[in-house]
Amino acid sequence: MWSLALVVLVVFPLIVTNPTYTAIAVSTLLFMACTTSWNMFSGYSGYVSLGSAIFYGCGAYTMALVSSHAHMAGGGAQFWLVPLAGLVAMVVAVPVGAIALRVRRHTFVVITIALFFVFQTLAINASFTGGSAGISLPLIPWLFNYYNLPFYYVALGMVVFATLLSAGVRRSRFGLQLLAIRDDEDRALGLGVRVTAVKLTGFTMSAFTIGMAGAVYAMFIGQIYPQFVFDPTFDITVALMAFLGGFGTLLGPLLGGLILEASQQYLVLSFSNGSLYLILFGVLFLLVILFMPQGIVGGVSQWWALRALKREMVSMTDPEAVGANP
Amino acid sequence: MATILEAQGVSRSFGGVKALAGCSLSVDKGSITGLIGPNGSGKTTLFNVMTGYVKPDTGTVSFEGNDVTNARPNKIFALGVGRTFQLTRIFARISVIENMLVATQRDESWLRGLTRSKSSKSELDAAMEWLDFVGLTRLASMQAGSLSYGQRKLLELAYVLVADPDVVLLDEPAGGVNLTLINEISEKILALNKGGKTFLIVEHNMEFVMKICDKVTVMHQGCDLVTGTPGEVRSNPAVLDAYLGSSDGEVSETVGHG
Repeated sequence: MWSLALVVLVVFPLIVTNPTYTAIAVSTLLFMACTTSWNMFSGYSGYVSLGSAIFYGCGAYTMALVSSHAHMAGGGAQFWLVPLAGLVAMVVAVPVGAIALRVRRHTFVVITIALFFVFQTLAINASFTGGSAGISLPLIPWLFNYYNLPFYYVALGMVVFATLLSAGVRRSRFGLQLLAIRDDEDRALGLGVRVTAVKLTGFTMSAFTIGMAGAVYAMFIGQIYPQFVFDPTFDITVALMAFLGGFGTLLGPLLGGLILEASQQYLVLSFSNGSLYLILFGVLFLLVILFMPQGIVGGVSQWWALRALKREMVSMTDPEAVGANP
Repeated sequence: MATILEAQGVSRSFGGVKALAGCSLSVDKGSITGLIGPNGSGKTTLFNVMTGYVKPDTGTVSFEGNDVTNARPNKIFALGVGRTFQLTRIFARISVIENMLVATQRDESWLRGLTRSKSSKSELDAAMEWLDFVGLTRLASMQAGSLSYGQRKLLELAYVLVADPDVVLLDEPAGGVNLTLINEISEKILALNKGGKTFLIVEHNMEFVMKICDKVTVMHQGCDLVTGTPGEVRSNPAVLDAYLGSSDGEVSETVGHG
Protein backbone atom coordinates (compact mmCIF):
# COMPACT_ATOMS: atom_id res chain seq x y z
CA MET A 1 0.00 0.00 0.00
CA TRP A 2 2.85 2.35 0.90
CA SER A 3 4.59 1.70 -2.41
CA LEU A 4 1.35 2.20 -4.34
CA ALA A 5 0.89 5.60 -2.68
CA LEU A 6 4.48 6.47 -3.55
CA VAL A 7 3.97 5.53 -7.21
CA VAL A 8 0.84 7.69 -7.37
CA LEU A 9 2.74 10.62 -5.86
CA VAL A 10 5.66 10.14 -8.26
CA VAL A 11 3.54 10.13 -11.42
CA PHE A 12 1.07 12.80 -10.20
CA PRO A 13 2.81 15.87 -11.70
CA LEU A 14 3.38 14.02 -14.97
CA ILE A 15 -0.37 13.60 -15.39
CA VAL A 16 -1.63 16.75 -13.74
CA THR A 17 0.51 19.37 -15.43
CA ASN A 18 -1.53 22.45 -14.60
CA PRO A 19 0.91 24.65 -12.62
CA THR A 20 -1.90 25.83 -10.34
CA TYR A 21 -2.45 22.29 -9.11
CA THR A 22 1.19 21.32 -8.93
CA ALA A 23 1.81 24.41 -6.82
CA ILE A 24 -0.87 23.20 -4.41
CA ALA A 25 0.82 19.79 -4.46
CA VAL A 26 4.19 21.29 -3.51
CA SER A 27 2.84 23.08 -0.46
CA THR A 28 0.82 19.99 0.48
CA LEU A 29 3.95 17.82 0.37
CA LEU A 30 5.88 20.37 2.43
CA PHE A 31 3.17 20.26 5.08
CA MET A 32 3.11 16.47 5.02
CA ALA A 33 6.87 16.41 5.64
CA CYS A 34 6.64 18.99 8.44
CA THR A 35 3.72 17.28 10.16
CA THR A 36 5.39 13.88 9.99
CA SER A 37 8.55 15.33 11.46
CA TRP A 38 6.63 17.22 14.17
CA ASN A 39 4.75 14.05 15.04
CA MET A 40 8.03 12.14 15.39
CA PHE A 41 8.65 14.11 18.56
CA SER A 42 5.33 15.57 19.71
CA GLY A 43 3.17 12.64 18.67
CA TYR A 44 5.41 9.98 20.20
CA SER A 45 6.31 11.85 23.38
CA GLY A 46 2.98 13.63 23.92
CA TYR A 47 4.77 16.97 24.21
CA VAL A 48 2.70 19.15 21.88
CA SER A 49 5.00 21.84 20.50
CA LEU A 50 3.42 24.96 19.07
CA GLY A 51 6.77 26.42 18.13
CA SER A 52 7.57 24.52 14.96
CA ALA A 53 7.44 27.74 12.91
CA ILE A 54 10.67 28.71 14.69
CA PHE A 55 12.45 25.99 12.73
CA TYR A 56 10.49 26.64 9.55
CA GLY A 57 11.43 30.31 9.73
CA CYS A 58 15.07 29.61 10.55
CA GLY A 59 15.28 27.24 7.59
CA ALA A 60 13.68 29.79 5.29
CA TYR A 61 16.01 32.57 6.47
CA THR A 62 19.07 30.36 6.14
CA MET A 63 18.18 29.75 2.51
CA ALA A 64 17.34 33.39 1.83
CA LEU A 65 20.34 34.93 3.58
CA VAL A 66 22.98 32.50 2.34
CA SER A 67 21.81 32.44 -1.27
CA SER A 68 21.42 36.21 -1.53
CA HIS A 69 24.61 37.14 0.35
CA ALA A 70 26.65 34.61 -1.61
CA HIS A 71 25.17 36.00 -4.83
CA MET A 72 24.21 32.54 -5.96
CA ALA A 73 22.60 32.16 -9.33
CA GLY A 74 19.00 31.13 -8.87
CA GLY A 75 18.48 27.49 -9.77
CA GLY A 76 19.13 23.90 -8.81
CA ALA A 77 22.36 24.67 -6.97
CA GLN A 78 20.33 26.34 -4.23
CA PHE A 79 18.95 22.95 -3.25
CA TRP A 80 22.37 22.19 -1.73
CA LEU A 81 21.53 24.73 0.94
CA VAL A 82 18.44 22.78 2.01
CA PRO A 83 20.25 20.30 4.31
CA LEU A 84 22.28 23.21 5.70
CA ALA A 85 19.00 24.95 6.59
CA GLY A 86 17.91 21.77 8.34
CA LEU A 87 21.13 21.73 10.36
CA VAL A 88 20.72 25.41 11.32
CA ALA A 89 17.18 24.60 12.52
CA MET A 90 18.62 21.77 14.64
CA VAL A 91 21.24 24.06 16.16
CA VAL A 92 18.47 26.53 17.05
CA ALA A 93 16.36 23.68 18.45
CA VAL A 94 18.94 22.76 21.09
CA PRO A 95 18.61 25.89 23.27
CA VAL A 96 14.88 26.24 22.45
CA GLY A 97 14.31 22.66 23.57
CA ALA A 98 16.58 23.01 26.59
CA ILE A 99 14.43 25.92 27.81
CA ALA A 100 11.00 24.59 26.88
CA LEU A 101 11.63 21.03 28.08
CA ARG A 102 12.40 22.17 31.60
CA VAL A 103 8.64 22.11 32.16
CA ARG A 104 6.04 19.49 31.45
CA ARG A 105 3.00 19.07 29.25
CA HIS A 106 0.69 22.09 29.21
CA THR A 107 3.32 24.48 30.42
CA PHE A 108 5.59 23.21 27.67
CA VAL A 109 2.96 24.16 25.09
CA VAL A 110 2.78 27.70 26.45
CA ILE A 111 6.57 28.08 26.56
CA THR A 112 6.94 26.96 22.93
CA ILE A 113 4.38 29.59 21.88
CA ALA A 114 6.21 32.25 23.88
CA LEU A 115 9.58 31.28 22.36
CA PHE A 116 8.00 31.35 18.92
CA PHE A 117 6.96 34.98 19.41
CA VAL A 118 10.46 35.84 20.59
CA PHE A 119 11.80 34.55 17.28
CA GLN A 120 9.12 36.31 15.25
CA THR A 121 9.87 39.62 16.96
CA LEU A 122 13.59 39.13 16.39
CA ALA A 123 13.02 38.40 12.71
CA ILE A 124 10.92 41.54 12.27
CA ASN A 125 13.32 43.81 14.11
CA ALA A 126 16.82 42.47 13.46
CA SER A 127 18.78 44.28 10.79
CA PHE A 128 20.19 41.26 8.98
CA THR A 129 16.77 39.77 8.22
CA GLY A 130 15.66 42.78 6.21
CA GLY A 131 12.92 43.36 8.75
CA SER A 132 9.34 43.58 7.64
CA ALA A 133 10.41 44.50 4.10
CA GLY A 134 11.49 40.88 3.65
CA ILE A 135 14.29 39.43 1.54
CA SER A 136 14.33 38.57 -2.13
CA LEU A 137 16.02 35.36 -3.17
CA PRO A 138 17.92 34.99 -6.43
CA LEU A 139 15.46 34.73 -9.29
CA ILE A 140 15.13 31.23 -10.67
CA PRO A 141 14.98 31.37 -14.48
CA TRP A 142 12.92 28.23 -15.03
CA LEU A 143 10.07 28.02 -17.52
CA PHE A 144 6.71 28.67 -15.92
CA ASN A 145 5.27 25.32 -16.96
CA TYR A 146 8.08 23.32 -15.39
CA TYR A 147 8.92 25.59 -12.50
CA ASN A 148 7.06 23.50 -9.93
CA LEU A 149 8.47 20.13 -10.92
CA PRO A 150 11.88 20.23 -9.17
CA PHE A 151 10.23 21.56 -6.02
CA TYR A 152 7.65 18.84 -6.18
CA TYR A 153 10.22 16.06 -6.29
CA VAL A 154 12.45 17.61 -3.65
CA ALA A 155 9.40 17.98 -1.37
CA LEU A 156 8.36 14.40 -2.12
CA GLY A 157 11.86 13.25 -1.22
CA MET A 158 11.53 15.07 2.09
CA VAL A 159 8.19 13.38 2.79
CA VAL A 160 9.80 9.98 2.16
CA PHE A 161 12.80 10.93 4.32
CA ALA A 162 10.63 12.16 7.21
CA THR A 163 8.42 9.07 7.02
CA LEU A 164 11.34 6.65 6.99
CA LEU A 165 12.99 8.50 9.86
CA SER A 166 9.78 8.47 11.86
CA ALA A 167 9.28 4.76 11.18
CA GLY A 168 12.89 4.11 12.19
CA VAL A 169 12.44 6.01 15.44
CA ARG A 170 9.24 4.10 16.19
CA ARG A 171 11.17 0.84 15.85
CA SER A 172 14.19 1.92 17.86
CA ARG A 173 14.62 1.77 21.59
CA PHE A 174 14.73 5.55 21.52
CA GLY A 175 11.20 5.60 20.09
CA LEU A 176 10.01 3.19 22.75
CA GLN A 177 11.46 5.53 25.35
CA LEU A 178 9.54 8.46 23.84
CA LEU A 179 6.31 6.45 24.05
CA ALA A 180 7.10 5.52 27.65
CA ILE A 181 7.59 9.22 28.42
CA ARG A 182 4.22 9.98 26.85
CA ASP A 183 2.47 7.40 29.04
CA ASP A 184 4.21 8.07 32.35
CA GLU A 185 7.35 10.15 32.48
CA ASP A 186 8.20 9.56 36.14
CA ARG A 187 7.77 5.83 35.81
CA ALA A 188 10.07 5.84 32.76
CA LEU A 189 12.64 7.78 34.76
CA GLY A 190 12.50 5.12 37.45
CA LEU A 191 13.16 2.43 34.85
CA GLY A 192 16.42 3.99 33.75
CA VAL A 193 15.19 6.18 30.89
CA ARG A 194 17.20 9.41 30.73
CA VAL A 195 14.11 11.44 30.01
CA THR A 196 15.68 14.88 29.57
CA ALA A 197 18.29 13.67 27.10
CA VAL A 198 15.74 11.60 25.19
CA LYS A 199 13.25 14.45 24.93
CA LEU A 200 15.85 16.97 23.81
CA THR A 201 17.22 14.58 21.20
CA GLY A 202 13.74 13.97 19.79
CA PHE A 203 12.90 17.66 19.78
CA THR A 204 16.13 18.52 17.95
CA MET A 205 15.74 15.72 15.41
CA SER A 206 12.24 16.83 14.51
CA ALA A 207 13.51 20.35 13.72
CA PHE A 208 15.67 19.06 10.85
CA THR A 209 12.98 18.30 8.28
CA ILE A 210 10.92 21.33 9.29
CA GLY A 211 13.94 23.56 8.70
CA MET A 212 14.53 21.96 5.31
CA ALA A 213 10.87 22.50 4.37
CA GLY A 214 11.19 26.17 5.29
CA ALA A 215 14.20 26.48 3.00
CA VAL A 216 12.41 24.86 0.07
CA TYR A 217 9.41 27.09 0.67
CA ALA A 218 11.59 30.22 0.62
CA MET A 219 13.12 29.14 -2.69
CA PHE A 220 9.73 28.29 -4.10
CA ILE A 221 8.17 31.65 -3.19
CA GLY A 222 11.26 33.72 -4.05
CA GLN A 223 10.62 36.40 -1.45
CA ILE A 224 10.08 35.92 2.27
CA TYR A 225 8.69 38.11 5.04
CA PRO A 226 9.09 37.48 8.76
CA GLN A 227 5.36 37.25 9.40
CA PHE A 228 4.88 34.59 6.71
CA VAL A 229 7.69 32.23 7.63
CA PHE A 230 7.50 32.83 11.37
CA ASP A 231 3.75 32.34 11.17
CA PRO A 232 1.67 31.32 14.21
CA THR A 233 -0.89 29.65 11.94
CA PHE A 234 1.90 27.34 10.77
CA ASP A 235 2.43 26.21 14.38
CA ILE A 236 -1.24 25.44 14.78
CA THR A 237 -1.82 23.99 11.32
CA VAL A 238 0.93 21.40 11.74
CA ALA A 239 -0.49 20.30 15.09
CA LEU A 240 -4.05 20.17 13.76
CA MET A 241 -3.00 18.11 10.75
CA ALA A 242 -1.42 15.54 13.04
CA PHE A 243 -4.48 15.47 15.30
CA LEU A 244 -6.84 15.11 12.35
CA GLY A 245 -4.90 12.26 10.79
CA GLY A 246 -3.88 10.47 13.97
CA PHE A 247 -1.61 11.84 16.68
CA GLY A 248 1.37 9.58 17.29
CA THR A 249 0.76 7.32 14.31
CA LEU A 250 2.93 7.00 11.22
CA LEU A 251 0.22 7.36 8.59
CA GLY A 252 -1.87 9.98 10.42
CA PRO A 253 0.25 13.09 9.84
CA LEU A 254 0.60 12.21 6.15
CA LEU A 255 -3.17 11.86 5.79
CA GLY A 256 -3.86 14.98 7.83
CA GLY A 257 -1.41 17.06 5.80
CA LEU A 258 -2.75 15.73 2.53
CA ILE A 259 -6.39 16.30 3.38
CA LEU A 260 -6.10 19.66 5.09
CA GLU A 261 -3.57 21.48 2.96
CA ALA A 262 -4.94 20.24 -0.35
CA SER A 263 -8.52 21.04 0.58
CA GLN A 264 -7.60 24.41 2.06
CA GLN A 265 -5.76 25.50 -1.06
CA TYR A 266 -8.52 24.16 -3.26
CA LEU A 267 -11.21 25.98 -1.28
CA VAL A 268 -9.27 29.23 -1.40
CA LEU A 269 -9.01 28.85 -5.15
CA SER A 270 -12.63 27.83 -5.76
CA PHE A 271 -14.28 30.38 -3.54
CA SER A 272 -12.65 33.74 -3.78
CA ASN A 273 -13.98 34.46 -0.32
CA GLY A 274 -10.72 33.61 1.44
CA SER A 275 -12.14 32.99 4.89
CA LEU A 276 -14.82 30.47 3.95
CA TYR A 277 -12.40 27.60 4.44
CA LEU A 278 -11.80 28.71 8.02
CA ILE A 279 -15.48 28.14 8.82
CA LEU A 280 -15.47 24.77 7.09
CA PHE A 281 -12.34 23.77 8.97
CA GLY A 282 -13.92 24.81 12.23
CA VAL A 283 -16.83 22.50 11.54
CA LEU A 284 -14.50 19.70 10.47
CA PHE A 285 -12.47 19.94 13.68
CA LEU A 286 -15.54 19.93 15.83
CA LEU A 287 -16.66 16.76 14.10
CA VAL A 288 -13.26 15.12 14.45
CA ILE A 289 -12.92 15.98 18.13
CA LEU A 290 -16.46 14.88 18.94
CA PHE A 291 -16.56 11.66 16.98
CA MET A 292 -12.93 10.76 16.29
CA PRO A 293 -10.81 12.16 19.11
CA GLN A 294 -7.95 9.88 18.11
CA GLY A 295 -7.94 11.13 14.54
CA ILE A 296 -8.68 9.24 11.37
CA VAL A 297 -6.08 6.51 11.84
CA GLY A 298 -6.79 6.07 15.55
CA GLY A 299 -10.54 6.04 15.01
CA VAL A 300 -10.47 3.52 12.21
CA SER A 301 -8.04 1.18 13.94
CA GLN A 302 -10.03 1.36 17.16
CA TRP A 303 -13.20 0.43 15.30
CA TRP A 304 -11.27 -2.41 13.69
CA ALA A 305 -9.88 -3.65 17.02
CA LEU A 306 -13.32 -3.49 18.60
CA ARG A 307 -14.72 -5.66 15.87
CA ALA A 308 -11.93 -8.21 16.31
CA LEU A 309 -12.44 -8.17 20.07
CA LYS A 310 -16.14 -8.86 19.74
CA ARG A 311 -15.34 -11.92 17.68
CA GLU A 312 -12.77 -13.10 20.19
CA MET A 313 -15.14 -12.59 23.13
CA VAL A 314 -17.25 -15.45 21.89
CA SER A 315 -14.44 -17.95 22.44
CA MET A 316 -12.86 -16.37 25.50
CA THR A 317 -13.12 -17.59 29.09
CA ASP A 318 -12.88 -15.47 32.24
CA PRO A 319 -10.20 -12.82 31.55
CA GLU A 320 -9.72 -12.08 35.28
CA ALA A 321 -8.42 -15.58 35.88
CA VAL A 322 -5.30 -14.90 33.83
CA GLY A 323 -3.42 -13.20 36.65
CA ALA A 324 -4.52 -15.63 39.28
CA ASN A 325 -3.81 -18.93 37.58
CA PRO A 326 -0.74 -18.83 35.37
CA MET B 1 24.39 -9.79 57.16
CA ALA B 2 25.85 -6.88 55.23
CA THR B 3 23.78 -3.76 54.65
CA ILE B 4 22.97 -3.16 50.98
CA LEU B 5 20.69 -0.11 51.10
CA GLU B 6 20.67 2.39 53.89
CA ALA B 7 19.04 5.69 54.81
CA GLN B 8 20.55 7.65 57.69
CA GLY B 9 18.90 10.54 59.52
CA VAL B 10 16.73 11.51 56.56
CA SER B 11 14.48 14.55 56.96
CA ARG B 12 12.15 16.08 54.45
CA SER B 13 9.47 18.73 54.82
CA PHE B 14 6.70 19.69 52.44
CA GLY B 15 5.72 23.20 53.37
CA GLY B 16 5.16 23.08 57.10
CA VAL B 17 4.65 19.35 57.21
CA LYS B 18 7.58 17.26 58.33
CA ALA B 19 7.01 14.09 56.32
CA LEU B 20 10.33 12.65 57.47
CA ALA B 21 12.09 13.71 60.65
CA GLY B 22 15.45 12.05 61.02
CA CYS B 23 14.45 8.63 59.81
CA SER B 24 16.98 5.80 59.47
CA LEU B 25 16.52 2.47 57.81
CA SER B 26 18.90 -0.26 56.79
CA VAL B 27 18.17 -3.15 54.50
CA ASP B 28 20.34 -6.26 54.81
CA LYS B 29 21.54 -8.00 51.70
CA GLY B 30 19.35 -10.98 50.92
CA SER B 31 16.63 -10.04 53.37
CA ILE B 32 12.95 -9.25 53.03
CA THR B 33 12.50 -6.12 55.09
CA GLY B 34 9.04 -4.82 55.91
CA LEU B 35 8.21 -1.16 56.43
CA ILE B 36 4.96 -0.52 58.24
CA GLY B 37 3.30 2.35 60.01
CA PRO B 38 0.06 4.31 60.13
CA ASN B 39 -1.07 6.39 57.16
CA GLY B 40 1.03 9.52 56.86
CA SER B 41 3.95 8.17 58.81
CA GLY B 42 6.30 8.82 55.87
CA LYS B 43 6.77 5.37 54.36
CA THR B 44 6.21 6.40 50.76
CA THR B 45 8.24 9.59 51.21
CA LEU B 46 11.11 7.46 52.50
CA PHE B 47 10.72 5.28 49.39
CA ASN B 48 10.81 8.38 47.21
CA VAL B 49 13.96 9.61 48.92
CA MET B 50 15.67 6.24 48.62
CA THR B 51 14.90 6.00 44.89
CA GLY B 52 15.81 9.58 43.98
CA TYR B 53 12.32 10.93 43.35
CA VAL B 54 12.49 13.28 46.33
CA LYS B 55 15.63 14.98 47.58
CA PRO B 56 16.05 14.90 51.35
CA ASP B 57 16.59 18.13 53.29
CA THR B 58 19.14 16.39 55.50
CA GLY B 59 20.50 12.88 55.83
CA THR B 60 22.13 10.44 53.46
CA VAL B 61 21.16 7.43 51.38
CA SER B 62 23.75 4.86 50.42
CA PHE B 63 23.67 1.80 48.22
CA GLU B 64 26.37 -0.83 48.62
CA GLY B 65 28.50 1.67 50.49
CA ASN B 66 28.26 4.40 47.81
CA ASP B 67 26.49 7.66 48.56
CA VAL B 68 23.44 8.09 46.30
CA THR B 69 21.72 10.84 48.26
CA ASN B 70 21.10 13.25 45.39
CA ALA B 71 21.28 10.84 42.46
CA ARG B 72 18.51 10.90 39.86
CA PRO B 73 15.95 8.03 39.75
CA ASN B 74 17.34 6.66 36.47
CA LYS B 75 20.84 6.53 37.99
CA ILE B 76 19.64 4.71 41.09
CA PHE B 77 17.75 2.24 38.92
CA ALA B 78 20.88 1.69 36.83
CA LEU B 79 22.84 0.91 39.99
CA GLY B 80 20.36 -1.82 40.86
CA VAL B 81 17.45 -0.48 42.92
CA GLY B 82 14.05 -1.07 41.32
CA ARG B 83 10.71 0.04 42.72
CA THR B 84 6.97 -0.18 42.20
CA PHE B 85 4.46 2.53 43.06
CA GLN B 86 1.60 2.53 45.51
CA LEU B 87 -0.77 3.58 42.75
CA THR B 88 0.29 1.12 40.09
CA ARG B 89 1.94 2.84 37.17
CA ILE B 90 2.29 1.17 33.82
CA PHE B 91 2.60 2.52 30.28
CA ALA B 92 -1.03 2.29 29.26
CA ARG B 93 -0.85 2.93 25.53
CA ILE B 94 1.90 0.54 24.55
CA SER B 95 1.72 -3.24 24.61
CA VAL B 96 2.52 -5.39 27.62
CA ILE B 97 5.71 -6.69 26.06
CA GLU B 98 6.81 -3.14 25.17
CA ASN B 99 6.27 -2.19 28.80
CA MET B 100 8.75 -4.90 29.69
CA LEU B 101 11.26 -3.74 27.08
CA VAL B 102 11.40 -0.18 28.43
CA ALA B 103 13.23 -1.54 31.45
CA THR B 104 15.51 -4.14 29.87
CA GLN B 105 18.60 -1.99 29.40
CA ARG B 106 18.93 -0.24 32.67
CA ASP B 107 22.34 1.35 32.17
CA GLU B 108 22.56 1.75 28.41
CA SER B 109 23.71 5.18 27.20
CA TRP B 110 20.89 7.23 25.66
CA LEU B 111 22.62 7.67 22.29
CA ARG B 112 22.75 3.91 21.90
CA GLY B 113 18.95 3.92 21.89
CA LEU B 114 18.91 5.77 18.60
CA THR B 115 20.87 3.19 16.69
CA ARG B 116 19.44 -0.05 18.00
CA SER B 117 16.08 -1.72 17.64
CA LYS B 118 13.84 -1.70 20.65
CA SER B 119 14.68 -5.25 21.62
CA SER B 120 17.29 -7.89 21.03
CA LYS B 121 16.55 -11.59 21.01
CA SER B 122 17.92 -12.06 24.50
CA GLU B 123 15.98 -9.09 25.90
CA LEU B 124 12.79 -10.37 24.35
CA ASP B 125 13.44 -13.80 25.84
CA ALA B 126 14.09 -12.32 29.26
CA ALA B 127 10.94 -10.21 29.01
CA MET B 128 8.85 -13.23 28.06
CA GLU B 129 10.41 -15.26 30.84
CA TRP B 130 9.36 -12.70 33.46
CA LEU B 131 5.91 -12.36 31.93
CA ASP B 132 5.64 -16.10 32.24
CA PHE B 133 6.78 -15.85 35.87
CA VAL B 134 3.83 -13.58 36.70
CA GLY B 135 1.48 -15.44 34.38
CA LEU B 136 0.85 -12.75 31.79
CA THR B 137 2.39 -14.46 28.76
CA ARG B 138 -0.95 -14.76 27.02
CA LEU B 139 -1.46 -10.99 27.20
CA ALA B 140 1.98 -9.99 25.85
CA SER B 141 0.69 -8.26 22.74
CA MET B 142 -2.29 -6.60 24.43
CA GLN B 143 -2.32 -2.89 25.10
CA ALA B 144 -1.31 -2.53 28.74
CA GLY B 145 -4.16 -0.10 29.45
CA SER B 146 -6.67 -2.89 28.97
CA LEU B 147 -5.26 -4.97 31.84
CA SER B 148 -7.22 -5.37 35.08
CA TYR B 149 -5.94 -3.89 38.34
CA GLY B 150 -4.38 -7.12 39.54
CA GLN B 151 -2.75 -7.76 36.19
CA ARG B 152 -1.26 -4.26 36.26
CA LYS B 153 0.29 -5.00 39.67
CA LEU B 154 1.84 -8.15 38.25
CA LEU B 155 3.07 -6.34 35.15
CA GLU B 156 4.69 -3.64 37.25
CA LEU B 157 6.42 -6.29 39.33
CA ALA B 158 7.58 -8.08 36.18
CA TYR B 159 9.08 -5.06 34.47
CA VAL B 160 10.93 -3.96 37.56
CA LEU B 161 12.40 -7.45 37.78
CA VAL B 162 13.36 -7.76 34.12
CA ALA B 163 16.29 -5.38 34.61
CA ASP B 164 17.58 -7.70 37.34
CA PRO B 165 17.89 -5.16 40.19
CA ASP B 166 19.67 -6.23 43.38
CA VAL B 167 17.10 -4.57 45.61
CA VAL B 168 13.38 -4.34 44.87
CA LEU B 169 11.24 -1.79 46.69
CA LEU B 170 7.55 -2.69 46.65
CA ASP B 171 4.98 -0.08 47.67
CA GLU B 172 1.88 -1.95 48.84
CA PRO B 173 2.12 -5.01 46.58
CA ALA B 174 -0.97 -6.48 48.25
CA GLY B 175 -3.06 -3.31 48.20
CA GLY B 176 -6.45 -3.76 46.57
CA VAL B 177 -5.63 -7.26 45.43
CA ASN B 178 -7.74 -10.37 46.09
CA LEU B 179 -6.59 -13.06 48.50
CA THR B 180 -5.58 -15.61 45.87
CA LEU B 181 -3.38 -13.06 44.17
CA ILE B 182 -1.88 -11.90 47.51
CA ASN B 183 -0.79 -15.45 48.25
CA GLU B 184 0.61 -15.78 44.81
CA ILE B 185 2.55 -12.54 45.06
CA SER B 186 4.01 -13.55 48.42
CA GLU B 187 5.07 -16.91 47.00
CA LYS B 188 6.80 -15.17 44.11
CA ILE B 189 8.59 -12.79 46.46
CA LEU B 190 9.79 -15.70 48.60
CA ALA B 191 10.97 -17.58 45.52
CA LEU B 192 12.90 -14.56 44.25
CA ASN B 193 14.38 -13.98 47.69
CA LYS B 194 15.69 -17.54 47.70
CA GLY B 195 17.40 -16.67 44.43
CA GLY B 196 19.24 -13.84 46.19
CA LYS B 197 17.07 -10.77 45.66
CA THR B 198 16.66 -8.28 48.46
CA PHE B 199 13.22 -6.80 49.12
CA LEU B 200 11.95 -3.77 50.98
CA ILE B 201 8.18 -3.80 51.26
CA VAL B 202 5.69 -1.18 52.41
CA GLU B 203 2.44 -2.90 53.24
CA HIS B 204 -0.68 -2.43 55.35
CA ASN B 205 -1.68 -6.07 55.22
CA MET B 206 -0.14 -7.29 58.49
CA GLU B 207 -0.66 -10.94 57.77
CA PHE B 208 1.29 -10.54 54.54
CA VAL B 209 4.13 -8.66 56.25
CA MET B 210 4.40 -11.01 59.21
CA LYS B 211 4.43 -14.04 56.94
CA ILE B 212 7.21 -13.09 54.53
CA CYS B 213 9.45 -10.51 56.25
CA ASP B 214 12.63 -11.34 58.16
CA LYS B 215 12.80 -7.92 59.73
CA VAL B 216 10.23 -5.18 60.16
CA THR B 217 10.70 -1.47 60.75
CA VAL B 218 7.77 0.50 62.13
CA MET B 219 7.53 4.15 61.20
CA HIS B 220 5.63 6.78 63.13
CA GLN B 221 5.44 10.51 62.37
CA GLY B 222 8.43 10.51 60.07
CA CYS B 223 10.75 8.53 62.36
CA ASP B 224 11.69 4.90 62.60
CA LEU B 225 10.10 3.76 65.82
CA VAL B 226 11.06 0.13 66.24
CA THR B 227 13.04 -2.39 64.22
CA GLY B 228 12.96 -6.11 64.88
CA THR B 229 11.67 -9.49 63.81
CA PRO B 230 7.93 -9.71 63.11
CA GLY B 231 7.42 -11.36 66.49
CA GLU B 232 9.26 -8.63 68.41
CA VAL B 233 7.46 -5.85 66.60
CA ARG B 234 4.04 -7.35 67.17
CA SER B 235 4.46 -7.39 70.90
CA ASN B 236 6.11 -3.97 71.22
CA PRO B 237 3.91 -1.53 73.20
CA ALA B 238 5.19 1.52 71.31
CA VAL B 239 3.93 -0.01 68.08
CA LEU B 240 0.49 -0.56 69.51
CA ASP B 241 0.44 3.07 70.64
CA ALA B 242 1.42 4.27 67.20
CA TYR B 243 -1.31 2.29 65.50
CA LEU B 244 -4.11 2.72 67.96
CA GLY B 245 -3.14 6.27 68.93
CA SER B 246 -2.34 7.18 72.49
CA SER B 247 -1.21 10.79 72.47
CA ASP B 248 -1.02 12.74 69.23
CA GLY B 249 -1.25 9.92 66.75
CA GLU B 250 -4.28 11.35 64.94
CA VAL B 251 -2.48 14.48 63.81
CA SER B 252 -0.40 12.60 61.31
CA GLU B 253 -3.45 10.88 59.86
CA THR B 254 -4.30 13.99 57.88
CA VAL B 255 -0.90 14.23 56.24
CA GLY B 256 -1.52 11.56 53.65
CA HIS B 257 1.03 9.51 51.85
CA GLY B 258 3.07 12.51 50.65
